[in-house]
Amino acid sequence: MREIPAGDVTATIKRLCQEANLELGVDMLRAFDRALERERSPAGRQVLEMIKENARIARTERLPYCQDTGFLICFVELGQDVHVTGGLLTDAIDEGVRQGYAEGYLRASIVRDPFDRKNTGDNTPAVVHVEVVPGEHLTLRVMAKGGGCENRSKYKMLTPADGLPGVKAWVLECIKTAGPDACPPLIAGVGVGGTFEKAALLSKKALFREIGKPNPNPELATLEAELLDGANRLGIGPQGYGGDTTAFAIHIETFPCHITSLPVAVTIECHAHRHKEAVL
Amino acid sequence: MLRLTTPLSDGDVVQLRAGDRVRLFGILLTGRDAAHKRLVDRLDEGQPLPVDVRGQIIYYVGPTPPPPGMVIGSAGPTTGGRMDRYAPRLMALGLKGMIGKGHRSQSVRDAMRQWKCVYFGAVGGAGALLSRYIKAAEIVAYDDLGTEAIRRLTVEDFPVIVVNDTHGGDLYEDGMKQYARPAGEASE
Repeated sequence: MREIPAGDVTATIKRLCQEANLELGVDMLRAFDRALERERSPAGRQVLEMIKENARIARTERLPYCQDTGFLICFVELGQDVHVTGGLLTDAIDEGVRQGYAEGYLRASIVRDPFDRKNTGDNTPAVVHVEVVPGEHLTLRVMAKGGGCENRSKYKMLTPADGLPGVKAWVLECIKTAGPDACPPLIAGVGVGGTFEKAALLSKKALFREIGKPNPNPELATLEAELLDGANRLGIGPQGYGGDTTAFAIHIETFPCHITSLPVAVTIECHAHRHKEAVL
Repeated sequence: MLRLTTPLSDGDVVQLRAGDRVRLFGILLTGRDAAHKRLVDRLDEGQPLPVDVRGQIIYYVGPTPPPPGMVIGSAGPTTGGRMDRYAPRLMALGLKGMIGKGHRSQSVRDAMRQWKCVYFGAVGGAGALLSRYIKAAEIVAYDDLGTEAIRRLTVEDFPVIVVNDTHGGDLYEDGMKQYARPAGEASE
């Protein structure tokens, strides 16, 4: 049994919160450049240039990429031969968020109660999902999830008769209705199968894959490419000003499901796609 | 490229057309959900507002805290549609502009025509870049709301685009129509 002090988890989360908000991944920067190679709309091109410049300023001047520094979502892979000592894992994560957001001058965007709406002041709590895996490592994957695009995420229970065409039509419908509200060019994480909550989790998890890296399953990879082409034919374009780049990527994850069910969840993510990971 | 300095007159606003790129100079007031709710609650109670909105532009933004030595942190626009319930009340008091991103409702667009008010888009997510155009910031109301407090920003050269004008023009609709490609048509 390997022991990992809770303090190490806190220090790592603190660092990841700040890195995620200040340093957009190279996968995203490459996506911006690829989009600029094909975008026809002058307004769209200008937006793409601005978000590239924004990423550069954020990284070099240590200012958050987006003022919405997000709801911290943490997917934990907990090796079953790991013992976190000196505190509860989720408390350690929250403490990392508390320190990371305060010391990094990141915005506190979480209200303690959906009805009274008082800000918790430190961006806690995080949303934490723990999966037990073999081994003696602890993997922490964090995403600073913006509210504007999250508000456009959707779930629908299709019927088995709706099948693949139904899934395709509905995913594109989600992107179309999100439109300019979700800060396009966007990324869609699509979870198909499982149950109501499993599909939603899959759609979030799909966003952690390196942007533009196809699903290892060739049929799903083809579906991803088809949906991306479909999204970019909608004409919404960067910021919704019109153009060819409505989405940078669509990532699909699937899971077995019940004979009666065809659950589909779509998590919409904006171009401020901030995600980082660390292995302890 | 048009340049406009606040406060705006009806004449400034009616000349604008969806798709026009504009650089803003002068004062922007900030406000988002919680501040709008308080403003409209005060109007319902027959009380005066803590800020005068006549001729002004409201920027829907909740900035990050300023790092040492800076006037403001990251400061990009939030989704305008969430303010739809409140916006017409402020337009009736003389508000001339709103800056946000995303769709506005038909009732807001109708009110914009009636009261001569324009909706500008700023690039959502580009908060680090947009903060460069903000030269000063001070809280003028609702300090307790933190990032949602009402601030007075002084801006120079602040880049926006007209999304909805006072003549019914809508950049989102026009842009999408212009660039949509039916299935089967070549991708490039």
